[in-house]
Amino acid sequence: MIGFYTLFYKELLRFWKVSFQTILAPILSSLLYLLIFSHVLETRVQVYQGISYTSFLIPGLVIMAILQNAFANSSSSLIQSRISGNIVFILLSPLSYLEIFLAYIGAAVVRGLLVGLGVYGATMILYEVPLQLPLWVLLFAITGSMLLGALGIIAGIWSEKFDQLAAFQNFVILPLTFLSGVFYSIYSLPSGWQYLSHLNPFFYIVDGLRYGFLGTSDISPYFSLVVVISCLAVVSWLTVWMLKSGYKIRH
Amino acid sequence: MVAAIEIHQLNKRYGALSALEDIDLSINPGEFFALLGPNGAGKTTLISILAGLTLATSGHAKIMGHDVVTDYVNSRKNLGVVPQELVFDPFFTVREALIIQSGYYGIRKNDVWIDEILHRLDLTDKADTNMRALSGGMKRRVLVAQALVHKPPVIILDEPTAGVDVELRQALWIFINQLNREGHTIVLTTHYLEEAEALCNRVAMLKQGKIVVLDSIRNLINSIQGFSVQLRLSSETLPTVLQEWPRSSHEGLHIFKIKDYFQVETLLAVLRSEHIQVLEMQLQQPDLEEVFVRIMGVESSDVS
Repeated sequence: MIGFYTLFYKELLRFWKVSFQTILAPILSSLLYLLIFSHVLETRVQVYQGISYTSFLIPGLVIMAILQNAFANSSSSLIQSRISGNIVFILLSPLSYLEIFLAYIGAAVVRGLLVGLGVYGATMILYEVPLQLPLWVLLFAITGSMLLGALGIIAGIWSEKFDQLAAFQNFVILPLTFLSGVFYSIYSLPSGWQYLSHLNPFFYIVDGLRYGFLGTSDISPYFSLVVVISCLAVVSWLTVWMLKSGYKIRH
Repeated sequence: MVAAIEIHQLNKRYGALSALEDIDLSINPGEFFALLGPNGAGKTTLISILAGLTLATSGHAKIMGHDVVTDYVNSRKNLGVVPQELVFDPFFTVREALIIQSGYYGIRKNDVWIDEILHRLDLTDKADTNMRALSGGMKRRVLVAQALVHKPPVIILDEPTAGVDVELRQALWIFINQLNREGHTIVLTTHYLEEAEALCNRVAMLKQGKIVVLDSIRNLINSIQGFSVQLRLSSETLPTVLQEWPRSSHEGLHIFKIKDYFQVETLLAVLRSEHIQVLEMQLQQPDLEEVFVRIMGVESSDVS
């Protein structure tokens, strides 16, 4: 347990020491999205009856920030350690692959939640944001950041260069988050795109978390939770298998 | 008695390339052991397998009786490795790095021992300095310190003195020697054969992934018959008698092989009778480098 706790603490310390970049910067960019989109669309778009576009948008921005930062934390930590070579300190130690997995996921969840909380807190200064069912919010925030934390581990291990990690981030994670209904309800899309959106696991995280804020969503939050947990189980299994087999890190 | 390191029929292949072939090696607790060989002979691969950084293609390895794959938690707790590459975590200070490293081994409140290693490696002044701000030599010391936080009975140093100044090299060896006297088993690879000769009891030489020699340093040096005399002479051309003498010549410097001291007399008598003056003279005792060069069949400049 001490081993896991130490690596977890080290991972927290790592992002905390550069919190301008890892926490404040993503909060600021989320706020910019909010200011611009709500200014342009507030009077033109209404997704749900009786809910303003800004109220619809804020939960989306919160979860987008959570997901992106959870991914960024585990992936960038791993690729930096691998490229600079200091991952050797972890590999030489008796830490088990499960301890390594849990520590990286744990730190990704903490950073995701901190940024999410920051975005939510900052928007509260400017707008009134409803929070109907906080437990659902927490549930999707945690499972969502765990999923992205695990994907970050996979990306960090698979990538051999910063360039490859950036490709993973920009060509996989970014489109999946932008097209998951952060800015719109997927029911406003043509049916083909609606169908495709249902194949995007991030959609269920966004929709589920929004249910927690607004008390209304595109689909049942129970169904979303099942999908998210199933994805989490599969991705976690893959991640643990990669760590256990030493894929790309123990030659 | 459980061997400190036990290696049995170990093989490592990268595709068609065989990096290690049928390695069998047993190192006893308390030994000071040198692993020598030219670049690419497989020294670092062997160390990496012992450390769990690399997985063997076949065969087994144990540290203090614990298999490095099936019982990796215990094998790694018994092993401290100083890696060859100068790696560090730029987010932390020296002390933070050592506290974190202790935690990885399940050790909390390790301050007393950390203070002692800092002191013995002359790092106390730098304890609260960020790793980034340290010189190469200092970073190397921290690597040694990190390998020792859990007081491992077996310590492996992969070229710890490469690119390190004389002062640190000597300080490091005094420290490692102390650890050896306290009962730690030490295995090292080094560029400097005189270092291995001065410090180690036993040596294994690797060549193209195989152990070609495994013996005590004393036996190896004794195995070389005779020694040599190095001479610089007043005359360019050698007397006919001496031209047939077993020797090598390079830029006016002649190295004559001799079997015993009496032959020095014979050599000088020939020179005197030919009225050739000796400008420079040196007697060369056989050393580990000579053994190494003979076994590897390479020029000493390629030694690593």
